[in-house]
Formats: sequence, structure tokens, C-alpha cells
Amino acid sequence: MLYREAGQFKSTYASDMVVFRLKEDRAGLAVIILMAYALAFMGSDFLLQAVLIPFLVFALAAIGLNLLTGYAGQLSLGTGAFMGVGAYACYKLMTAFPDINVIVWILVSGFFSAAVGTLFGLPSLRIKGFYLAVATLAAQFFLQWCFIRIPWLVNYNVSGALDAPLRTLFGVPVVGATATPQTRYIVVLTLVIVLTWVASNLVRGRIGRMWIAVRDMDLAAELMGIRLLQTKLLAFAVSSYYCGVAGALMVFLWYGGAEYDVFNINQSFFILFMVIIGGLGSLIGSFFGAALIFIMPILLGIVLPIMLAPFGIAIGAETIEHLRFMIVGALIIFFLIVEPHGLARLWQIGKQKLLVWPFPY
Amino acid sequence: MSLRSLSLGLVVATLLGGAALPAAAQDSIYVPLFTYRTGPFAGSGTYIADGMHDYLEMLNQRDGGIGGVKLVIEECETGYDTKKGVECYEAVKGKNPVIVNPWSTGITLPLIPRAAVDKIPILSMAYGLSASARGDIFPWVFNPPSTYWDGMSMIIKFIGEKEGGLDKLKGKKVGFLHLDASFGKEPIPLLEELAKELGFEAKLYPVAAQDMQNQSSQWLSVRRDRPDYMIMWGWGSMNGGAIKEAVRSGYPMDKFLSVWWPSEDDARSGGAGAKGFKMLNWHGVGATYPALQDIMKNVVDKGLSKTSKDKVGELLYNRGVYNSLLIAEAIANAQKLTGKKVVSGEDVRRGMETINLDAARLKALGLEGFTDSIALSCTDHNGHRPAFMQEWDGSKWTKISDPIEPMGDRVRAQLEAAAKDYAEKNAGWPKRTETCDKAS
Repeated sequence: MLYREAGQFKSTYASDMVVFRLKEDRAGLAVIILMAYALAFMGSDFLLQAVLIPFLVFALAAIGLNLLTGYAGQLSLGTGAFMGVGAYACYKLMTAFPDINVIVWILVSGFFSAAVGTLFGLPSLRIKGFYLAVATLAAQFFLQWCFIRIPWLVNYNVSGALDAPLRTLFGVPVVGATATPQTRYIVVLTLVIVLTWVASNLVRGRIGRMWIAVRDMDLAAELMGIRLLQTKLLAFAVSSYYCGVAGALMVFLWYGGAEYDVFNINQSFFILFMVIIGGLGSLIGSFFGAALIFIMPILLGIVLPIMLAPFGIAIGAETIEHLRFMIVGALIIFFLIVEPHGLARLWQIGKQKLLVWPFPY
Repeated sequence: MSLRSLSLGLVVATLLGGAALPAAAQDSIYVPLFTYRTGPFAGSGTYIADGMHDYLEMLNQRDGGIGGVKLVIEECETGYDTKKGVECYEAVKGKNPVIVNPWSTGITLPLIPRAAVDKIPILSMAYGLSASARGDIFPWVFNPPSTYWDGMSMIIKFIGEKEGGLDKLKGKKVGFLHLDASFGKEPIPLLEELAKELGFEAKLYPVAAQDMQNQSSQWLSVRRDRPDYMIMWGWGSMNGGAIKEAVRSGYPMDKFLSVWWPSEDDARSGGAGAKGFKMLNWHGVGATYPALQDIMKNVVDKGLSKTSKDKVGELLYNRGVYNSLLIAEAIANAQKLTGKKVVSGEDVRRGMETINLDAARLKALGLEGFTDSIALSCTDHNGHRPAFMQEWDGSKWTKISDPIEPMGDRVRAQLEAAAKDYAEKNAGWPKRTETCDKAS
């Protein structure tokens, strides 16, 4: 009733082609972004530091993998390692040139990740599907091996760990222990919004269409004049760039220090699940996937004891953990059965239904 | 609008949920315990968790807490996962915890810089960052009773004694089977330094984290190289895997030594062949100590514990008890120092620095002979205490040596280098501003 297309006339091509064609959509997005910024001042430290910052970091990594797997159709299991490249590159850069702003280095470190991603994307021209997944798995193991074996990467730190030295932006600490969750959150949120905006323009334009053409049928795409090698490598580069930035954000703005083990194969799977559950080939799906896989278990951990308390059932921390696993697992299966195309498709269907509600035709 | 409002509802629910978390009452001391009863390391983590919880619960039941103030003990499940550990830290931070024990090096590292800011001391008992033994640089981090360098020097000393003097090690081969991570690699510089000096050959056998249970290739190399002694630095399933492989490849068990992390279950997995396996340890095994009897009576028999009776007094259970002993002592010291009953993280940090568990104090706590005395200070957050060697006799551990003193000067040299290194790389690392208390 309130959400409908009727009466919104498009008189120019530009207005007909915009991402959000309805003014309700545009208003909704503005409200969500405003609310996201407002949460920086209203949310508790726990909400910001343990829920929202990691959610945004994972959403960014999921967008990265979605560009590669969802849009360009190249399956990758090296996401964790590419995130690691970004984190280690950022560490090297910010310790070597401490005077340059850390935000610059976070964004630049993505390029190192992109270079490594391109290198490991080379086999994608010859191999496809599961075989490519195995090739990217090699990237995961090789890079992880590098993180352990090359002490130069951590500046010969005896403990082999990355730590976050103090860095400021306009005199306010952003990275390091003294940075408040508010500042970290605002920085992460801004970067994620900007990078999502870039990605959304990328996938709508020439490059995105090339990726989609390659995904749907690479032979046909080649016959239409799309050069496969460049297109696939570009997908690997852009995807790794996003993952690299997400990795740098993860270590320096979320953990504040980490060892090589956080970039292990489980991390890669974690993000792949987000992409699959959220919806392949959808940016908003990346956010949904990150929310379901990361926020849902935290929510359950808080809600379950409260729900069970009135019945006099006190459950231990480990039982909650087991319940979390079971419920999240069941939910994943449920969503995949109800909508194999992911949460993004559900969202789309919901919006379609709303448009014609209450008089569907 | 339905989905949008749903997501909005989720956010609101999270906010409310965060607010509705039970806040620690004002007249109690909140002690969070980071435990892992799930995940790949649950086999070790469950015993440690039970030990930690039961000792503190015993104080609650028997004495009504510490100094008359009840302890609020809350477990947070980490699954040995850094992500969840950091989440746990954020969850407990707002409830005025007096100390945190991450029980994972991976979780300890991100928390170290935050400790000073959030004013919550970290107790990483014989794990974590070895350089944090330097109290002048890391006032908020404690890692008693020994570092891995201490451990390595003790093992070499023990082997030397067995051979009839350290000089007899000349020409021998010593194999070092370690987890291929910072934890396993840390003692290597010291081992290599000692090898050069004493003239023995050090052979390294790294085990990657994903091959912990399948060490056939490493043990094939061991069979080829035939080292005179094997030293192991492992955790979780790596220990059990190594003992099984050693038995299978017929390596003489009495020449197989380990740092302090294997458990009874690891040794049992080797079957009868595991007899003679040796490891360092710094506390007693068994439930005969009066304090452990009190745990039996006040906690386990009342059904307040998750452990089964026969597990009380096992090696890792008692390690959990030792961990809680340090926490309780730090809280008691803090009460004495400040005169307050309900102490804060800042007070407990001071309490930790003034820990002085001598024989008399241990006796008073009902733990006579449980462990060697230990005293920490503002500069020394580790103690560098001696440990003893114990041997697996097929069904239980038996102590086979007196406490072995670590090679203090060499450990200090490693520590100096690590601390200097840390200070150089972290130009912005804050200088210690916390004042120093006289031991109480």
C-alpha cells in the first residue's frame, strides 16, 4: 500500500536506470545508513565491538568472494589467505611508513592482495569448477605456510604475531588499544559503505556484465568478443582486493592483533557459506549471509538462556554452544530448502509481493 | 516492509539482549572463565575448565567466597577459537571482571594491548607471549610459573644429568618435535644455542596444525635419523598422535620427553607401549590434598560440578586448580592491599604482583606439597620456577626427579632480546606508570 510503483514516472533514461528505482527504496536505504551511524552513539561497546564491526568486516569479505564466485562464476577457497595477505601487507606498510595515514594503508594493502590473487587466478583460464577450487586451496595452504615461515612479514617478532601499533586520524586513535569502539565502528562502516557503492557500480557496468557473461557461458562470452583471461583475472584481482581490505580491517580494527591461524581454511569456508546462504550474485545477499552466519549464533547465545530461564532450566556455556551449532545448522538447511538462491532472493520476493499488496494480480 | 522491520527488530532485540545480561551484583567479585568444552581441543579443555571452576566454587561453598565476598563464576565458551574468544572478552568486559584467563595463545595476543586500557589483568599461565614475563614492560600480563625457554633448559639439563653431565651430550642427536606455530617454534633459538655450545646436534621435526593426528612422515624421519632423545612441544591431539606414532615406530619411550602439556588421555592412547614417557610438570597429581578433598566434599558430591569423580585430581584438572589458586590468591592479596572487600581489576593486578605462595601459605590453603613456592614481583611476572620430570608408568604419572632449576642466565638473555625487540617495534608502547607495591 505504502510501497508501490504506481505514480512514479520516469522521464529520462538516467532515472529509469538508477539502482534504486523507487523513492521508498531510496528513503529506506537512507534510513538504514542513518541508523547505522546512529548506532555508533547509541549502541553498547559489546554491540559495536563484538557484533557490528565483525559483521561489517565479514560482509565486506563476502562481497569480495561474491564478486568472484557469484558474478564471475569462479569458485575460490583461498579467501582466508587473501585476507591474510591484506593484513600482513598493511602491517608491513604501516610499520615501515608510520607517518602516512593508516586508512590509506588499509586501502593500499588491498592491492597487494589483488596482485597475489591475480597470480593464483592464472590457472582459472584452463581449469573450472571443482578443479579451480582445488587450485585456490593450494593458494590457501601456500600463503598460510608463508605467514608462518617468513619472519620478515611480522618484522621478526618472536611470537610470530601481528600487533596493532597506535595510529590516529585527525588526532583520534583509530588503530591500537586506545581506539574506542565508536571510532573503529565509524571507520569500518564508512569504508564498507564506500566499497559497497563501488562494487554495486562495478557489477552494473561493462565489467560486471562481462563477468556475468563469463559465468553463464564462457564459450558464448568468448565468441561475443570478451577476452576470458583478462576478465577472469580482473575478477580475481577485484575480489582479492576486497578480501585484502577486509583482512586488514579484521586484524587492525577488530582483533587489534592476531596470529597466522586466523587466516586458516576455516575462515575461507566461513565466508563461502555466507555467500552461498546470502545469495550468489547479490551484494545485499552478502550482508544477509554475514548476518545469518555471524550474528545469529551470538543472538542465540544471548536469547537462549533468557528463554529457558523461566522454565528453571539453567544451561551451561558449552550446552549453549552445542545448541547454537544445531540451530544454526538447521536454519541453514531450512533456508536452502525454502530458497536455494539464498536470502537475497527471499528479500526480492518479499519486495515484489509488497509492491502489489493488498491486491495481488 | 516486513523483512525490513524484521531486521530492525533483530537489531533492537540485540540491544535489549545486551542490556538484559545479568549484571554482576555490587557485593560480589566477578570472575569470568574462558573455557573450551567444545571444538578440537575440548579433550584437554574440559578438564582444565572443571578444575578452574571447581576450585573457585569450593571457595564459595566452604568459605563463602574470598574474604567473605562471594565469587560470581561465569564460563564463556571459546571453542579455542580466536573469534569467539574476543567475543567473550567483549561480553564480560562490561561486568567488571577482575581478571581474564584466555587459555589460548591466539586469544591472548589481541587482549594484551587492551589489558592496560580496559584495566583488566590477563593471566596466561605458562602460555601466551613469553616476553610478557617482563613486568616493567607488560604490567597487566602475567604468565607464571615458567616460560617455554625455562622448560627447554630444564629438559636439556635433565638429559644431561641422565647422561652423566652436560658435557657428555657432545656428539648426541636430539630431535625436537614441535607444532609448527609460534608456540612450538619459540624454544628453537635456545635449543640451537645450547646445541652449538654443548656440541650436540638438534634435529627439527615440525608438525603442521592440520597434520597433528597424522605424524607418520615426521616419525619416518625420526626412524631414519635415530636421535638419542626426542623432545616434544605439542598441544591438543598432537600429543596423543605423537605418543601413538612413537610406540608404533618403536622409539625407546624412556628417551621421549615433553613440555608440560600432555594429559593422561594422551599417554593412555599409546597403550602399554607408552610406559616410560616423560614430561615436565610443576604441580601434584591426585586428589589427596586437603583442598582437593574439600572440592570433592563441597562441590563434586553436591552435584555442583560437571566433572565425574574419577577425573578429579587428574593432571589437567589439577592444572585448572593451579590456575584458580593463582586467581584466588591474587584476589585475597588485593583485598589485603586495598582494605576493600569488593576489589576491581586494578586491585587484582596489584594482588597478582605481590603473590607470594611459600610452603607455609600453601599448607594453610590445604595444598601442602602440591607445588613449588612461587613469588612474583613488579618486574618478574613469571617466576621462572623449576619444574620436575614425571614418568608414565602405564596407568598414572610418577614423579621421577627433584625440581630442576632452569638455566636462569640463558632464559634471561632470550627474554632481554624478546623484550628489546618488542619495545623497538612498538615505538608507541606505553611506559609503565603503575606503581609498585611491597609484597604483602
